[in-house]
Amino acid sequence: MSAHAEAIGRTSGSRRAKDLVFQLAMFVCLGLAIGLLVVLLVDVAVDGAGNLTWDFVSNFTSISADQAGIQAALWGTIWLMGVCALFIIPVGVLTAIYLEEYADGTKWYNRLVEVNIQNLAAVPSIVYGILGLAFLVRGPVELGPLGTGDPTILAGGLTLGLLVLPVVIIAAREAIRAVPPSIREGSMALGATQWQTIRRQVLPAAVPGIATGVILALARAIGETAPLIVVGAVTVAAFNPSGLGDIFTAMPIQIFDWISRPSSDANNYQPLAAAGILLLMILLLLMNSVAIWLRNRYEQKW
Amino acid sequence: MLAALISVLTTTGIVISLLEETIVFFGDVSLSDFLFGTDWSPAIQPASFGVLPLVSGTLLVSLVAMLVATPLGLGAAIYLAEYARPSVRKTIKPILELLAGVPTIVFGYFALTFFTPEVLRGLFGFDVAIFNGLAGGIIVGFLIIPTVASISEDAMSAVPQSLREGSFGLGASKLQTTLRVVFPAALSGIVASLVLAMSRAVGETMVVLIASGLVAQWGVNLGQPMETMTAYIGTTAKGDIATGTIAFKTVFAVGMTLFVITLILNLFSIRFVRKYRQVYE
Repeated sequence: MSAHAEAIGRTSGSRRAKDLVFQLAMFVCLGLAIGLLVVLLVDVAVDGAGNLTWDFVSNFTSISADQAGIQAALWGTIWLMGVCALFIIPVGVLTAIYLEEYADGTKWYNRLVEVNIQNLAAVPSIVYGILGLAFLVRGPVELGPLGTGDPTILAGGLTLGLLVLPVVIIAAREAIRAVPPSIREGSMALGATQWQTIRRQVLPAAVPGIATGVILALARAIGETAPLIVVGAVTVAAFNPSGLGDIFTAMPIQIFDWISRPSSDANNYQPLAAAGILLLMILLLLMNSVAIWLRNRYEQKW
Repeated sequence: MLAALISVLTTTGIVISLLEETIVFFGDVSLSDFLFGTDWSPAIQPASFGVLPLVSGTLLVSLVAMLVATPLGLGAAIYLAEYARPSVRKTIKPILELLAGVPTIVFGYFALTFFTPEVLRGLFGFDVAIFNGLAGGIIVGFLIIPTVASISEDAMSAVPQSLREGSFGLGASKLQTTLRVVFPAALSGIVASLVLAMSRAVGETMVVLIASGLVAQWGVNLGQPMETMTAYIGTTAKGDIATGTIAFKTVFAVGMTLFVITLILNLFSIRFVRKYRQVYE
C-alpha cells in the first residue's frame, strides 16, 4: 500500500482509513474460514482422543459402546482403496495419454470427452451411489452376491473409482502437459515411435505428478460416505472382508452409524464416532503429506 | 481411446440408470403431482409424492450456505490476491485446500455435536431444534468456502498487473482499484466459482443428512428439521430397499431431479467462463 500511496503523493486520511478497514474486513473473512477449521479439528480431537486406543483399532463393533472398535471398517476401507487404486491408475493414465498425446482437440468426439470429464467432476457424489446401485450391484453387471442385493468390495471400490476418476485424469493430464515438447521431439528424432516416446520419455517424467494426483484422489475417496450408503454397505459387520466378493463396511459408514445411533449416558456412541473421525483424519493427513512430499521432492523444472 | 470412453460410459450409465427407474416411477405417479405437489410422504398411506418440500429444503440450505460462503469466500480471495504477501499466500492456500479435503461426514458430526448446541443455542441463544436447517446450511457454507476462494483468487491473480498500475496512475486508491478494476475484470471467474459452489451445496449429502433432520417441510422455518433431496436419497437407500418397490423408484426420481439441477448449474458455469473470459495480451 505504501509504495503507490507515495507515488500518488497525497492520499487523504479518510481514504487511507477506508482502505485499512476494507483490508481488515477481508482479513477477517479469511480468518473466520480458517478459524472454523481449527475449531473443528480441536473439537474432534478433544472428543475422540481418549477413545483412540489399540482396543478401538483392534475390536469389532459391538452394541455396548465401551467394547466397540473399528477393525472391520478399517479393513473394509483398505480393501476399497486397493480396488479403487487398481481401477483409477490404468484408466486415468490411459485417458490422460489419449487426450494429451493422441486426441485431435478439434474433433467433436474429443471435445465431448473433455466437457464430459469437466461435468463428471461436479456431479454430486450421491448420484454416483445411485449409479453403483443400479448398475454394479443390482443391474446388468450385478456384482453383489446373487439375490441378496448387498454390494461387494468390488462394487464399492469401483463406485468410488468412477467418482474420483476425473481427479486422476485432470492431474495426469497436467503432469503430461508439463513435459516439454522438446523432449518428445528429441526422442522422435532419434527414431523412436510415438508409443516408445510416451513410454520411455513422457511417462517417466510425469510419474511424480501422476502419483500425487492418484494419492489426492484416494484421499477424497477414503472419506466419501454418501455413495457407499446408497450402494448399501452394511453398517454392522463383525468380520473382515477376505476377498473381492465379500460384503463390507467402511470407516465413514461405521462413523455415520455411530453418529446416528441413539446414545444414552450409559451407552454413548458419540466418543466412538469422534475417535473414528480422528483415525480417518490421521490417515488423510498421512496421505496428503506423502502427496506434498512427492510433489516437492520430484518436481522437475525444465 | 478405450479408456477415454469409460468417462463417457459413466455419464451414459448415470443417465440411463436414473432414467430407467424414473420412467417406471412416472408410470405410477403423474409428472405434475411430482413436480408441483407440496406434500412429500411416500411411506405413509395414502402416499403423496410432491417433490417441492424436498426441493425447497435443498434450496433453503443452499441459500444459507451461499449467504455464508459468498462474502467469506470472496473476502478471503480478495485478501489473498490483492493484500497478502506472497509468503503468506503460499502458506494459506494449502490450508484452504485442507479445509476442502476434510470429509463431509466430519462436518456433519461437527454441526450436530458442536455447532447447533454450542454456537447456535449457546453463543447466539437461538431457539432451534437439535436437527435444523440453519446449522446444516451454515456448515455447508463453510464447506464450500474453499471452492469460492480458490477459483476467485485464481481469477483475480490472473488480472494483469498493468491494469492495477494504470488505475493507481489515475489516482485511485487500493480499495477503488480492487473493487472497480480487478473485481470486474475477474468477474467471469468469480461467477463461475459461485455457481460451482452452489452446485456443490445442492449436492452435499452428509452434513444435511446428519444435522438437518429428516422431516420434509414445505415452508421456510430454518430452526426446524427439514429434508433435502440428498438426505432423502441417503436415508431411504440406507435401509435395505427391495428392487421394484415404490421407495426404490423414488430414490431414482429424486436423484434425477438432483442430477438435472446440478447439471444445469455446471453447464451454466462452464459456458459463462467461456463466453465472458477476458483475454489479456
